[in-house]
Amino acid sequence: MAGNTEPLSPRAKLAVTAGKAAAAVSRAAGRGSGSVIGGRVALKLDPELLGRLAGHLDVVLVSATNGKTTTTRLIAEALRAAGPVVSNALGANMPAGITSALAGGSDARYGVIEVDEKYLAGVARDVSPKAIALLNLSRDQLDRAGETRMLAEKWREGLAGTEAIVIANADDPLVAWAASSCPTVVWVAAGQEWKDDAWSCPSCGGVLQRHTEDWFCGECGFRRPQPTWALSGDYVIAPDGVAWPIQLQLPGRANKANAATSAAVAAVFGVAPKIALERMYAVQAVAGRYDVVSYLGRDLRLLLAKNPAGWLETFSLIDGPPAPVLLSVNARSADGTDTSWLWDVDYPRLAGHPIFVIGDRKLDLAVRLEVAGLQFRVCADVDEAVRSAPPGKIEVIANYTAFQDLRRAVGN
Amino acid sequence: MSDTSLRLVWVYPDLLSTYGDQGNVLVVERRAQQRHIPVTRIDVRSDQPIPTSGDIYLIGGGEDRPQRLAAERLRRDGGLNRAVGNGAIVFSVCAGYQILGTEFINDLGHPEPGLGILDVRSVRNEGARHVGDIMGDIDERLGLPPLTGFENHQGNTVIGPGARPFARLRFGSGNGTGDGTEGAWCDTVFGTYAHGPVMARNPQIADMLLKLALDVHALPPVDEQWYEALRAERIAAATEASA
Repeated sequence: MAGNTEPLSPRAKLAVTAGKAAAAVSRAAGRGSGSVIGGRVALKLDPELLGRLAGHLDVVLVSATNGKTTTTRLIAEALRAAGPVVSNALGANMPAGITSALAGGSDARYGVIEVDEKYLAGVARDVSPKAIALLNLSRDQLDRAGETRMLAEKWREGLAGTEAIVIANADDPLVAWAASSCPTVVWVAAGQEWKDDAWSCPSCGGVLQRHTEDWFCGECGFRRPQPTWALSGDYVIAPDGVAWPIQLQLPGRANKANAATSAAVAAVFGVAPKIALERMYAVQAVAGRYDVVSYLGRDLRLLLAKNPAGWLETFSLIDGPPAPVLLSVNARSADGTDTSWLWDVDYPRLAGHPIFVIGDRKLDLAVRLEVAGLQFRVCADVDEAVRSAPPGKIEVIANYTAFQDLRRAVGN
Repeated sequence: MSDTSLRLVWVYPDLLSTYGDQGNVLVVERRAQQRHIPVTRIDVRSDQPIPTSGDIYLIGGGEDRPQRLAAERLRRDGGLNRAVGNGAIVFSVCAGYQILGTEFINDLGHPEPGLGILDVRSVRNEGARHVGDIMGDIDERLGLPPLTGFENHQGNTVIGPGARPFARLRFGSGNGTGDGTEGAWCDTVFGTYAHGPVMARNPQIADMLLKLALDVHALPPVDEQWYEALRAERIAAATEASA
């Protein structure tokens, strides 16, 4: 179907036009990029618009708890080797945002679409993707998102029998279970540092046994699928056994895992690992994440971490002590309003770093750090925190709205 | 592991450690260490036997299916019931609180027997999920300052004649029975719906457990600066939200 420029119906055209008008009004009113409002208006006029807009595209959907936006970007860069790409690069990942992004892609051949975990099954039904990449599932915003295993179950039921080629992380038992209902799966050994949401078998509830990277259920026999792609240190091993070096500008193990998965996705679209990876090396920052910003004479590296699994991966990529660390946590509705998850984050790993704490919920963080036995300083705002740190680099880690606040504050 | 150290048992982290309640273990451990009380933390996974010689047992909240699995395994194991028979202290949260009772509704919609350690019985609330900050007054017999926490559950818990409400709420749903009660307790067994975690928001509860375990009336003071600041902020926020 790729390259087919079948015209949109008059109704679909009207919906796209109305959506663009609403987005323009929203932008003019200073209310963000307008992509979500635009998509919402368009979808209301034509509920099947998403499917129609995707009709001429070869689509890959990307979903996970962590790494969706970055992986979407890496895959988009890789597929540009084969043709024009449309993507919701800014992370508007619910149906309205996706609709709005696709409305701008009439000339594209490929659609690389990040999808919120809760909407994956529905979007997959609407757009008939060629591929679906599933990275990881872990606890996140439990006060509003519901239970983690329930999400896996929704994936499993919603994707059962899909015609898409599913590229899934064999090292995450919840993902492995969700994807094992799909007829065609490319398993990637992408790793998963966080293990605390998958100690019980997603299938039968038995206790999972783990031996180095292998895992299996002693009761029902459900076990880690045999991967054909693997992340191994700084290399991705392709199915033919060739080890390709991963030389990203993006830091950290998790991004190497994202690159390995992206290489497997690119192969589905006929883009060879060498070409796919080289294109990924161009990515420096994703929606402000990993950006280094000069501010008040210091270099701030901006890192987003929204949940315990994300913080764990982030701790493993920051510079060691004595690099100062600035932490910011909010609990607005987009973050989840419960801060209890801070206690599942392994803060003792920050021992030895000078620590500065800001954000709406800095006091929750202060008690957490006090109980971890760490030295820290609570600051009124980012300026005070940055001025308190010695000149040089500061590792800045923040959750969702705190990250947005920080970007605004430092002019990123 | 020394024979004289306080044994702090964290029950089934593989099933009941989803909502940050591990923080209760960390706070109790920290506040013991600050008083130079030797403490040994024992994490017991659900395929391991519950030791019966613990001093303080902590149980957290979990999702609906793990809650049923935990109840099945705790009933089969019997160790927690034996420990309580020996006078052990138990502090439980949310799903763990329901498990200590006589019965709750499991993920399949069926009544599931609890451990019968606490005289409470839980059903599923048919209305909206109880989510948000809570605040109230803890049973005056326990001599504790006001309770602050965060609830996130779908349960309604009725307290029987063998237990008393742990707190009476000024804000929040608590036991969800409309009478303002929150949690339950009897002798050395406690249950609450409060996360936060509850010990981080209410460190005096951690101290109460330590005093019960050590059989003392007072503990040396520790630095309360950040706990007090957090308590004041959360109590003010709950008050403002309800106004």
